[in-house]
Amino acid sequence: MKKVLAIVLTVAMVLALTACGGGTGKASGGDVVKIGVYEPQSGDNGAGGKQEILGMQYANSVQPTVKIGGKEYKVELVYADNESSNDKAVSAASQLIGAGCSVILGSYGSGVSIAASDTFLEAGIPAIGVTCTNPQVTEGNSHYFRICFLDPFQGTVMANFAKATFGAKTAYCLGQLGNDYDQGLINYFKQAAEALGMKVTTEAFPEGNSDFTSYLTNAKNAGADVIFAPCSTSYAQLIIEQSATQGVSIPLLAGDTWDSNVILNAAAGKNLDIEVSTFYQEGANADFESSFKAWINGDSTNLANNGGNDTLAAVSVMGYDAYFTALAAMEKAGSIAAADIMKALPDTTYTGITGEIKFDATGDAERDSAVIKKVNTKDAAWEFVAVQGVN
Amino acid sequence: MSGFLEANLPYILAGISVGGQYALIAIGYTMVYGILRLINFAHGDVFMVAGLVMVYTSASMPMVLAIPVVILATVILGFAIERVAYMPLRSAPRMSVMISAIGVSYLLQNCALYFTGGLPKVYPEIPLLSNSVTIFGATTKVVTLITPVITLVLVIALVTFINKTKLGMAMRAVSKDFETSQLMGIRINNVISATFMIGCFLAAIGSLLYFSNYTSVIPTSGGMPGLKAFVAAVFGGIGSIPGAVIGAFVIGICENIIKGMGLTTFSDAFTFVLLIVILLVKPTGIFGEKATDKV
Repeated sequence: MKKVLAIVLTVAMVLALTACGGGTGKASGGDVVKIGVYEPQSGDNGAGGKQEILGMQYANSVQPTVKIGGKEYKVELVYADNESSNDKAVSAASQLIGAGCSVILGSYGSGVSIAASDTFLEAGIPAIGVTCTNPQVTEGNSHYFRICFLDPFQGTVMANFAKATFGAKTAYCLGQLGNDYDQGLINYFKQAAEALGMKVTTEAFPEGNSDFTSYLTNAKNAGADVIFAPCSTSYAQLIIEQSATQGVSIPLLAGDTWDSNVILNAAAGKNLDIEVSTFYQEGANADFESSFKAWINGDSTNLANNGGNDTLAAVSVMGYDAYFTALAAMEKAGSIAAADIMKALPDTTYTGITGEIKFDATGDAERDSAVIKKVNTKDAAWEFVAVQGVN
Repeated sequence: MSGFLEANLPYILAGISVGGQYALIAIGYTMVYGILRLINFAHGDVFMVAGLVMVYTSASMPMVLAIPVVILATVILGFAIERVAYMPLRSAPRMSVMISAIGVSYLLQNCALYFTGGLPKVYPEIPLLSNSVTIFGATTKVVTLITPVITLVLVIALVTFINKTKLGMAMRAVSKDFETSQLMGIRINNVISATFMIGCFLAAIGSLLYFSNYTSVIPTSGGMPGLKAFVAAVFGGIGSIPGAVIGAFVIGICENIIKGMGLTTFSDAFTFVLLIVILLVKPTGIFGEKATDKV
């Protein structure tokens, strides 16, 4: 009896597999070009990754085809979830390579981008980082590009801002232990802040930590004027919540990860001062935003992926620009072969919603200003503060 | 003095409250171990599921109703896990049951991942528990203060239950000698189910208290608290309820004092160093009975 069952199960599995094979064979036929979406859809950065994907999906709905060398190609987005984890990065990357992607977009979170970089390099596929801000992503390689600003810039901007706005003398930095993004950005903030004569205390919390009360008490006891905590949104939510209940009213500063409606929801109705640096301020391009919002509201899955409301995150807008940058590179290359796109990318330019995108010798977009915005805790909305450069 | 208190009281408060929450989870580990000699790896995930159920139920019904529903659902879950994943393996080698427990743990995490879509869920505010209070200049949530009280009340109730009732006596008998108690007419399946249900009831209370303090639930939320509660149970002597409670408070308080000393990086390492030290120095834990057949 058991043998019969085993045979039946084996046959069922084989059939299922052949069915799969047939399906992919059909899809890869025809004039399709595949763009790999290498983003976290779960884990600590799942919320941010999903918002970045939304931008790409919206861009894909605006322009689903691309004309290359006089031939019309349908653009297909292929997704792989890197689960916000460096361990899962390589297998997610291989999945995209296996699917035959011509170019990769992503990821949200620098750590996973660095972890998968070599896998893309070996496969000869170019990657365009959307909001990974750690310098190491593009440093010393020729296949990783990026369209956002970098951490040395962002860290300096925030240090200047802390000094100018709060007259900060002491800063307390808090990041996740072993997270490339957190620790990188804190390091650059610290360098800039110390150059400005501030005293900086740095602490780190382990992955999966949920008790931040002791860290906040440490910040208070250190006499901090500002807390700089550029961690992922799942921890940010807890830090905000606990600093409100603990009555710690030190201003919270952070980088681009905090530009998310997760933060707005957590801070709603609380007496806190939260300021973040980011890529784009909602309200800068009304036409684009109203149609993007209509698209988000038109589908319950999109709405859920955007955190339940239609506040636009800067990462979504960056995702949108990244998609069109990839199309521009393909058009310039006149081919859908990964090697040709890689050759064309350094000279690709594109004027997107977030400004002009043009790559320098390292493969980074030349950006010289960041938007600083502040949480309006009464309306749970972002308020524009300043456009800040480094000088 | 008041300055010192104001600066350091938050660490102690956080420690006591975290300790109480670990204690409620640790009792679940220790009771199941006492009876089945099984380390129920899925226990931390049951705790996480209780948190998620609360997120969903509180969205659709008033809080007065949601809390009993959460507790009931968690108890039923514990019962179901035991019936489906552990009972059929009653006569199998102990290792098989343990592997089954690891399987259940991953199953629960992945189901949670599927339902939440991988995004952190914000835990609802429970009136009373989530309010802020100020004592000696330190501001904290009410839940921090009442956690140790609730923990102690529940532990005393549980110990009384085990020592004074018939079912409690049956539990003690089963934990002393599995086969003989069966011969003496104890329905061990009922006793084991009751043990799981009590463990899950305490985990549900623990999750109410824990997530009111740390208001975000993700599929791996049960991992760290579960692991630390397990260490607490081993530290106190696995199988011993007072041991688990004391172990949990020791770990909770030490962890927070270490954070307060500026050694934040090592706060988790401390817990696991403690595990290694206790296993080397006194393998049976503080209150553990001498046993010959541990896994």
